[in-house]
Amino acid sequence: MSDQLHRPSEIQRGRIAYRRRQTIRSVLLAALSTAVVGVLLAVAVTGAPGWDRVRQSFFSPEVARRYLPDILEGLWLNVRLLVVCAVLALALGLLIATLRTLRGPVFFPVRAMATGYTYTFRGLPLIIVIYLMAFGIPGLRLQGTPGVLVLGGAALVVTYGAYLAEVFRAGIESVHPSQLAAARSLGLTYRQTMRHVVLPQAIRRVAPPLLNDTVALQKDVGLVSLAGPIDAVRAAQIGVAQDANYTPYIVAGVLFVLLALPLIGVTDWVTLRAARRQSAGA
Amino acid sequence: MLLSCENVRKTFGATVVLDDLSLAVDEHQVVALIGASGSGKSTLLRCVNLLTGIDDGTIRLDGEDITDPRVDPDRVRQRIGMVFQSYNLFPHMTVLRNITLAPERVHKRAAAEIRAQALEWLGRVGLADKADSYPDRLSGGQQQRVAIVRALVNSPRLLLLDEVTSALDPELVGEVLTMIRGLKDEGMTMVLATHEMGFARQVADRVVFLDGGRVLEEGPPEQVLGDPTQARTRQFLARIIEAGRL
Repeated sequence: MSDQLHRPSEIQRGRIAYRRRQTIRSVLLAALSTAVVGVLLAVAVTGAPGWDRVRQSFFSPEVARRYLPDILEGLWLNVRLLVVCAVLALALGLLIATLRTLRGPVFFPVRAMATGYTYTFRGLPLIIVIYLMAFGIPGLRLQGTPGVLVLGGAALVVTYGAYLAEVFRAGIESVHPSQLAAARSLGLTYRQTMRHVVLPQAIRRVAPPLLNDTVALQKDVGLVSLAGPIDAVRAAQIGVAQDANYTPYIVAGVLFVLLALPLIGVTDWVTLRAARRQSAGA
Repeated sequence: MLLSCENVRKTFGATVVLDDLSLAVDEHQVVALIGASGSGKSTLLRCVNLLTGIDDGTIRLDGEDITDPRVDPDRVRQRIGMVFQSYNLFPHMTVLRNITLAPERVHKRAAAEIRAQALEWLGRVGLADKADSYPDRLSGGQQQRVAIVRALVNSPRLLLLDEVTSALDPELVGEVLTMIRGLKDEGMTMVLATHEMGFARQVADRVVFLDGGRVLEEGPPEQVLGDPTQARTRQFLARIIEAGRL
């Protein structure tokens, strides 16, 4: 109320005017330098001796149009696979992280297995896991072996589950010991303390890095094409092979970026909100 | 006798924090632990609540040896309330949920009954309108009052208060101390570690001066704070007076 009645002093009006001039100056400078950099880049690329060949084999609108429907159809498979794998990997990661916190001698094998799992699958390259799962498991000729799509998805889940388990564990360890002391002093058991006090705080805290890993998973979902299913990458590969033109890869790449944008946006928003909450609290 | 510590010893590595310490607290008694930082006040409270184990001696609650390894610590803690220097409210829960969590999950009482009791308590300490707020929206004094209510709804036999006003701005100390004085009038048994000598004098039935993990001197507040027999106690109090805290 009083703010509206307050009339800035001579000095303050001078400061405001100065700041406004500075802002206008910064905006103009930024625009100018962006334009200069853009022009330089365009000249460098299009002026390159091989640009015409590259444009034909990577940026052909005609080829792009021809294979876009196939690639889009493949992308739909990626999207479905992403959703299912992300949910399962998050669940697996949380489960493993929780198992690693179990105490008592009875749980030693469980803890050891959970630890061994995160160590192994964080080190093992995803491509090798996909080959092992998609080609190795069917090789066993067991009855009821699922298809390569499911096996490829399983490879993604076990690999990302190991990463996400470590993120969850970092979150669990970041909860201050005084919170545990408060919970235990109320008579809550260790398990109740984990469930009601530690895990909810841990998950909130690691939401941004978890989402970031989901963005990474979004990209790696394309690797299941190695196992055979026709996803966006595979569809593009078929196009490349048929026309001896790389444009389908560019199309697939652009689509992957577009697919990632909303997820990245959500990640940034969650991160910002977490940062704001942290500076507002305490 | 409600609580008795007998020859308790506690070490952290090479440091002896509690050294052959003995202390008895009767029901409805308020005992104030005073002493310099590092004299073992907080450690003693944590040992009584089994938040940390002891290295020798015995702690009895209602005659039961609670330091026996066969005793379930969760069951012991259900009978003891504890309030911490930095409140330790659960930041992801509302004030009301902070209070109702333990009665619901530990003591398995009916939700409606707990809620009514929690709201009544909040009303008594002037925080009825904060029931649905999150802790970070409350002042330190308000948070600490919620933390005390959170301990009290479990009807503890014994309440441990660990320097509960040390983190508070001076103008907020009063509201917490008033609440503790009210608890004394209701007959709550309390052991409190404190730097507030004036408050210890008002509320405590007995003041215990700890030095180097031992009870150096204990007695009625007028005697220990007014006419201490030990040179170390006099020295400690002189420094407190110098700092303007008595």
